[in-house]
Amino acid sequence: MKNRSLVSINDYSKEEMLHILELAKAFEANPRQKILKDFVIASLFFEPSTRTRLSFESAINQLGGRVIGFSDSSSSSTSKGESLRDTIQTVSLYSDLIVMRHPLEGSARFASEIAPVPIINAGDGANQHPTQCLLDMYSIMKTQGTLDNLDIAFVGDLKFGRTVHSLVIALSLFKNTNFHLVSPVELKLPSSIKKFIVDAGLKYHQYTDIQEVINKVDILYMTRIQRERFSDAMEYERVKNSYVLKADMLSNTKEKLKILHPLPRVNEITEDVDSNKKAYYFQQAKNGVFVREALLASILGVI
Amino acid sequence: MENKRELKVSAIDNGTVIDHIPQGAVLRVMKILNLEDFTDQIYFGANLESKKYGKKGIIKVSGRFFKPEEINKISLVAPTATVIEIRNYEVVNKLQVDIPDEVVGFVKCFNPKCITNHEKMTTYFSVIDKEDLKLHCHYCEKNTKKENIIFI
Ligand SMILES: [Zn+2]
Repeated sequence: MKNRSLVSINDYSKEEMLHILELAKAFEANPRQKILKDFVIASLFFEPSTRTRLSFESAINQLGGRVIGFSDSSSSSTSKGESLRDTIQTVSLYSDLIVMRHPLEGSARFASEIAPVPIINAGDGANQHPTQCLLDMYSIMKTQGTLDNLDIAFVGDLKFGRTVHSLVIALSLFKNTNFHLVSPVELKLPSSIKKFIVDAGLKYHQYTDIQEVINKVDILYMTRIQRERFSDAMEYERVKNSYVLKADMLSNTKEKLKILHPLPRVNEITEDVDSNKKAYYFQQAKNGVFVREALLASILGVI
Repeated sequence: MENKRELKVSAIDNGTVIDHIPQGAVLRVMKILNLEDFTDQIYFGANLESKKYGKKGIIKVSGRFFKPEEINKISLVAPTATVIEIRNYEVVNKLQVDIPDEVVGFVKCFNPKCITNHEKMTTYFSVIDKEDLKLHCHYCEKNTKKENIIFI
């Protein structure tokens, strides 16, 4: 994977994904190693995403690397009308690797074709966010001990949620994954994504109520439902509470159930869930640092 | 019968005849093949009677021959087109257009948030469904369907 850009989760084979997860495990055991001390990494956030940026920058700093860049486009030359092509070409001259977040879809793929240095996509519009996908996989692997034979529920906005799309595609590569898709009718998983499940010979089940499935799954992957996704505001008001997870709903769930959420949450998980041992979303965010350390070290060729 | 009607549009001694263009697609075919800037003679006809297709269009380009990858671009608007090469008034080659595996640089991505609609760059699609015509954007990874295809 040395010098190869990571733009889309589909850029990695199953073996390569598992390799990154192995490396992440080693970094979790030993997160501070000065193996990137000779490297300068550019962190270009053309739109703000504090959580993702800090996770990357923490990973870079813990490995002793230097970070240059900007945290939103108003402080960059883009605001003066510079093309993405020119920005990427210039920044490539100053850095060994570029981490980029951009509101336009396909921007990271385009950058990877221009830049002589590798690109890590930290989110391109609604398209891809592969490091989130890998940290989700790491969290599932770590808590369940495997990525095979799992019952996984995805809850909320499955139509527009890119993290859900990538994770469904990635988990379709594993044995006997059983997908439980819980969403309002308007926000069902697109058929182009369901195709990955079907083509892999796996099964999915669709529900509109979280109660139908909560007691039989190993992973509950919660996502936010946004009002603006609904064509009908009344419909939003009617369904919004059916996709909120509360502590008392967990009493008959599986012992090994873990609740994941890409964060930030708004109100889809009430705070009384946080202290439950099945809540895993903050640890999941922490895992992101180890996965990003693994990717940086692997792509820069230092391990 | 058909040949006689073609003659009405006028014969060419050397060049390419693109026949059986669906009704309404003649000008788009001309645009895709950049014939708007061509300086030699071009004859074209629309709304001609065709036994097979009802109404059809035809284009005759004098002194110009097309490579397959060039001519196959028109298959997106004229899948029924027949391409006839003429040398010295004789038909030397006759073929049907094929829908290509890749569409590079002449179709716009329908996704307004796609980078290709904001940067000076070449669009690039793989054709994932030739029957229903569905183009998968190499950049934003969204599919552009037949009814949303816009030519650049
Ligand atoms: Zn596109």
